[in-house]
This record gives sequence, structure tokens and C-alpha cells, in this order.
Amino acid sequence: MENKKKSNEQYYKSLTKKLVLRIIIGALAPMMIVSAIILEQFHSAYTEKVHAHLGELVLKHKQNIDCFLVEKLNDIQFLSKSFNFEQLSDEAFLQKRLTSLRKEYNTVFVDLGVIDENGLQVAYAGPFKLLKAVYSEADWFKNAIKSRYFVSDVFLGLRGHHHFIIAVRQNWHGKYWILRATIDFMAFNSLVENLRLGKTGFAFILNKEGKFQTKPLRDVVPDACLNYIKDKNNSQNGIYILDKKDQNGKKKIYVISFLKNGDWLMVFQQDMADAFSELNRSQMIAFFIIIFASISIITMAFFFSKKVVKRISRTDREKNMMNQQVIETGKLASIGELASGIAHEINNPVAIMVEEAGWIGDLLEEEEFHKSENLDEFERAIQQIQTQGKRCKAITHKLLSFARKTDSRMQDIQINDLITEMVVLSEQRAKYSNVTIKTDFKKDLPSIMASESELQQVFLNLINNALDAMDKNGGTITVATRLENSSIVIDFADDGSGIPIPNLARIFDPFFTTKQVGKGTGLGLSICYGIINKLGGKIDVKSAIDIGTTFSIWIPISTSSNNESK
Amino acid sequence: MIKITVLLVDDEVPFVETMTKRLTKRGLTVFTAFSGNEALKQLKEHKNMEVVILDVKMPVMDGIDALQEIKKQFPLVEVVMLTGHATVETAIEGMKLGAFDYLMKPCDMDILISKMKEAATKKREHEEKIIEARINEIALRRSY
Repeated sequence: MENKKKSNEQYYKSLTKKLVLRIIIGALAPMMIVSAIILEQFHSAYTEKVHAHLGELVLKHKQNIDCFLVEKLNDIQFLSKSFNFEQLSDEAFLQKRLTSLRKEYNTVFVDLGVIDENGLQVAYAGPFKLLKAVYSEADWFKNAIKSRYFVSDVFLGLRGHHHFIIAVRQNWHGKYWILRATIDFMAFNSLVENLRLGKTGFAFILNKEGKFQTKPLRDVVPDACLNYIKDKNNSQNGIYILDKKDQNGKKKIYVISFLKNGDWLMVFQQDMADAFSELNRSQMIAFFIIIFASISIITMAFFFSKKVVKRISRTDREKNMMNQQVIETGKLASIGELASGIAHEINNPVAIMVEEAGWIGDLLEEEEFHKSENLDEFERAIQQIQTQGKRCKAITHKLLSFARKTDSRMQDIQINDLITEMVVLSEQRAKYSNVTIKTDFKKDLPSIMASESELQQVFLNLINNALDAMDKNGGTITVATRLENSSIVIDFADDGSGIPIPNLARIFDPFFTTKQVGKGTGLGLSICYGIINKLGGKIDVKSAIDIGTTFSIWIPISTSSNNESK
Repeated sequence: MIKITVLLVDDEVPFVETMTKRLTKRGLTVFTAFSGNEALKQLKEHKNMEVVILDVKMPVMDGIDALQEIKKQFPLVEVVMLTGHATVETAIEGMKLGAFDYLMKPCDMDILISKMKEAATKKREHEEKIIEARINEIALRRSY
């Protein structure tokens, strides 16, 4: 039994475990999969969106800058074409032109200069004293003299300030000369500086050598972008998007575009975390929601499994109990059937034996046997055979009545009426024993669903027991009904001899009897117990020696109809 | 002691035989039958039969069928049902159908005889009443 209990406990434990696991897997897996898919989709969609947005932004600025450069170039070109070398070599005239340009375009143009083909600045208008400066060795001059126009990279030059130059080459009497304008670095820078996004997004311009053309807001290692651009050509509208880690291990996104016919690169750089901050935030939220959901699912799984297993174990227990009851009832029923068969078969031979013995008895009465000295013994033996035959008869009759099937159909029963019926049946016997049966009914009791014949059996058994408990002097039996909560309570009280305490605990046990051998089967009360139990009620006994015994039966009103459906 | 003519009906041959001996010894005229049909045949042959002791449980024609047949053909004959405990209900049904009484097997000889006496007396009373009635009827008819 102990072992069984242990293995049961283990079984329920493993059942709980299995349930928990299944619930967790069953609930979490779809959630995880769905979340993963959604997050993935969202991630790629958002990435695409960010890329597109950044690309658009960079493209627009690229066009802006290109525009700016072309515009400035056009201005200078126009200026150089409108006037000849001689006119522009006049410093006062040049100063006038510069003033009008500055008026037109704010302070974008810092100065103007006219340079002859040897690199000598023959005229200059501007804040610096650069007249007669020689540019023959300057890179920009070397480039500018070779082509019709030239826009230089940003450099410090003679003045020690960041600036770049727009130079236009013209011909004057077979000799090249150059009109150059210096573009204010700050003005140009502001074009790029304006391109800012989030906390870390900013743009800068590099030339082909990787030198900054604008002032970057932060430290940037520009090589990465350059290497990348050299490697790959997969651009969209000339926009390159690149994700890379910097030397600190921070992930950054670079958006790159060519400027100035591929001379310059405009790079927009932003920390990945910053660019995708919204995505990260929503991912964070999703992550927390998933964690929270998982925790609650796991808790629920544990809680729910425990509850379910508890329930299962309870129903198992009940089922076991019921099975045992069914087995026991089945056993009793088969014993009953066997008994009735035996009783039937034995009854006839016993009857014949008794008759034969009677016949011998008859013969013994004849004259000739009277002389026999053993006549008394013969008669005694015959008498004994007859007595024992009668005993057999009594036993078989009891067996037969025990085996008789009862009608266990459920029907509406008025308890009071049924008790009255049983009391009337018992009154004859009660009269012989000098006992009066009193009834004390509560009126208008609700009807209950039960088997009539089973309840008859219970009531009759209890009344019979009460009658048996009375001695020769007689007494009173009181049958009372009352309502208690949702149960009908029936008390069978007698003022008989009472039941000794040691017996009190055993009176509902089958085959327990205090009656003489052959007088009682010891089944009456255990049958009552079974019947009342089946109805969902209970039966109890209180007894005091020489004062009396009270049997009380509780039959539930509400649940009795449920029992029927079982 | 009044001499009673009895028909003993039971399928248990030894029981019937012993019973016959014992009843005969007590001065009763006993006829026997081992089935319902046989009983009806005996009754037809012996019109002076007064009491039938009829076992409830018999093969082919059981006690109740036999009783109904007897009561139909020979209404004045009294029937005492003999039964095991399990068939008390059948015996009671038999009484509703006109049996005089029932006894449980194995039965005490004295009780059996007294029952038969009662039955025979009842039958004789009935017969007397019928005869009286007939006499009266005939007498009245003559006087008329």
C-alpha cells in the first residue's frame, strides 16, 4: 500500500512535470515564433525605411552641394567671360565685382584673384594681402591651368585658413589667365553641418585621398568608407549604405555619396543605436513583453498543472473508491446469486431428507419397534435430523432473501409517506413486542430522488433493529424528520438497551452481528450504509447503554438529483 | 379423523413418494402426479379429489399455470401451494388466483395436515351449500 502510494505520488509528479512542460512549450513556442517573425519583419522593414530615409537625405544634400558648387562655378565663369584680363587686373574693378558678388551671395565669396599663366597673382580683392602671391607651385594652380575650370579641395594655402578655390581659365591674347574665387569654408561647411540627425548623425565630405573637406563634428576614421567604396560598386542613385564597426566596437551606419563628379565623397555617419533607436526601443518593449508573458505563462503553467493534477488525483481516488465499491457490490451480488442457487438446490434435498426422517419416525411408532431398547435413541436421532433440517431451511431462506434483487430505479420520493408505510408494516410486530412507534414529521419536506425499494429497506432495517433492541418490557420508537441545511434528516430513536461502545465502531461493518448464530446475517446496517452513501448522504449513530440508541440519516436534497444522472 | 382425498403434485419423485407413505399412514387417500398435466389427468379420473398440494416450481407447466387450469376445470377443489422461500411472491400470486393457502418446504407434517383439513372442510362446506341450494331449488320447484 505504501509502495503504491509512493509510485502514485511519483506518477502525479511526473504528470505535473509533463503538463507544465507541454503547456509551456505549447504556449511559448507559437508566441516565440510569432514574435520572432514579426520582429524580423519589422526589423527589415524598419531598416529599409531608415536606409531609404538616410539615402534620400544624403541624396538631397549631395544635390544641394553639387548645385552650390555649380552655381558658384557658373558665377565665376560668367564673371571671367564678361570681362577681360585687363579689366579684371584692375584691382579696384575687381574689388567692385567682389562686393557685388558678396552682395548677391552673402559672404560665400571671400576673395577674388586674377592669376597669370605663370602663377603670379596680378590682381586681388579680399581681406588678405595676397597681391603678387605666386601660386605656380600650388596644386590647384597646376590643375587649374590644365583645364577650363577647376574646383579645388579644401586646403590651408598661404593664408592659413581652411578654404577652397574655384578657378576658371581664360585666354587673353593667346595666354592663359585664371580667375579664381575663394569660397568661405564656414559657408560651405554649414551646408553639410545642417545635415544632422538624432544625437550622433552628422555628415562630412572627404576628398579622394580621405582628407576632410568639411569639419567633422566628431572623430572619424575616414579610411573605412574609402576602402569600401573602392571595393564595391553596388549603388542606388549613387548612394552607398554601409554598416561597420569603428575601432571602439561601436556599430555605425555610413551613407556615402559622390560629389563633384566623383572627386569628393559625402559621408553621413550615425551610430547604429541612434539610427535605430526607435526600433531598439520597440524591440526592448517587445522583449520585456515577451519576458513578462513568458513568466506569467510559466507561473500559470505551474499553477494550472498543479490544480489539474490535484483534480485528477482526486478523481482517480474517487474512481478507485468507486471501483472498489463496484467490485464489492459485484462480489456481494455474485455471492448472492451463488447463494440463491445453492439455497434452491439444497432446499429440495433437505425437504426430502426431512420427509424421510419423518417417515422413519412414523414407522417407529408401530408396535413392533416399541420393544427395541434403542427406541429412544432412534427417536432422538430422528428429532435431531428434523431440527437440523429446519435449521438448513432457515439458512437457505435467509440466503435467498439476501440475494433478492432490489429495485434501484430512482424516483421522486416523499420521505414522510415512505416512512409512514414502513411504520404501518412494522406495527403488527411492534404490538407483539409491546412497542409503540411514534412519528414526528416535519411537514412539506421537499421530495428527493432515490430508489424507493432501497429506502424502504433502510427504514425497515432500522425499525427492525430498534424493535430487536427492546427487551420484553417494550418501549417507544420515535421516527422524526427534519430539515437541516440542504439535507433531510431522519432520526430513528429507541429507548432500548443501547449499544456498547466497542461495538459502536463496528456496527456498519458487514457481517458484524451480536445476534445469535443463525438469527442475523450482520448485513442489515452495512447495506443501509451503502445505500445512504450512494445517495450522497450519511448515516450516524449515537447510543447510551440503557437509555437508547438514535440512528440519524442525512439525505441531501440538491445533490440527490445529480446522483441520478450518474 | 375425516378421511381426506389428496392429490400430491411435485416433480421431486422421492419427496412425493415419502410424503405419500406418511400421509397414507395418517389415513389420507393420496394420489400423486409429477407434473401439472398429470395432475389434471388425475383430477379428471378421480372426481372425489378434495385437496391438491401443488409445488410452485415445476418444469414445463409451473405451479401458477397448473393452478389456473385446475381452478378453471375444477373450481371446487382446494389447492395448497408448496413453495421454497424464493417463490413466496409466486405463492401469494397463487392465493390471489384462488389457492387456499401456501406452505413452505420442508413443512411440518402436523401443519400440513391441519391445512389440508381446513381445505377439505372448506370444500365440503362449499359442496354442502351447493347441494343445499340445489335441494332447496328442487324442493321449491316441486312445491310450486
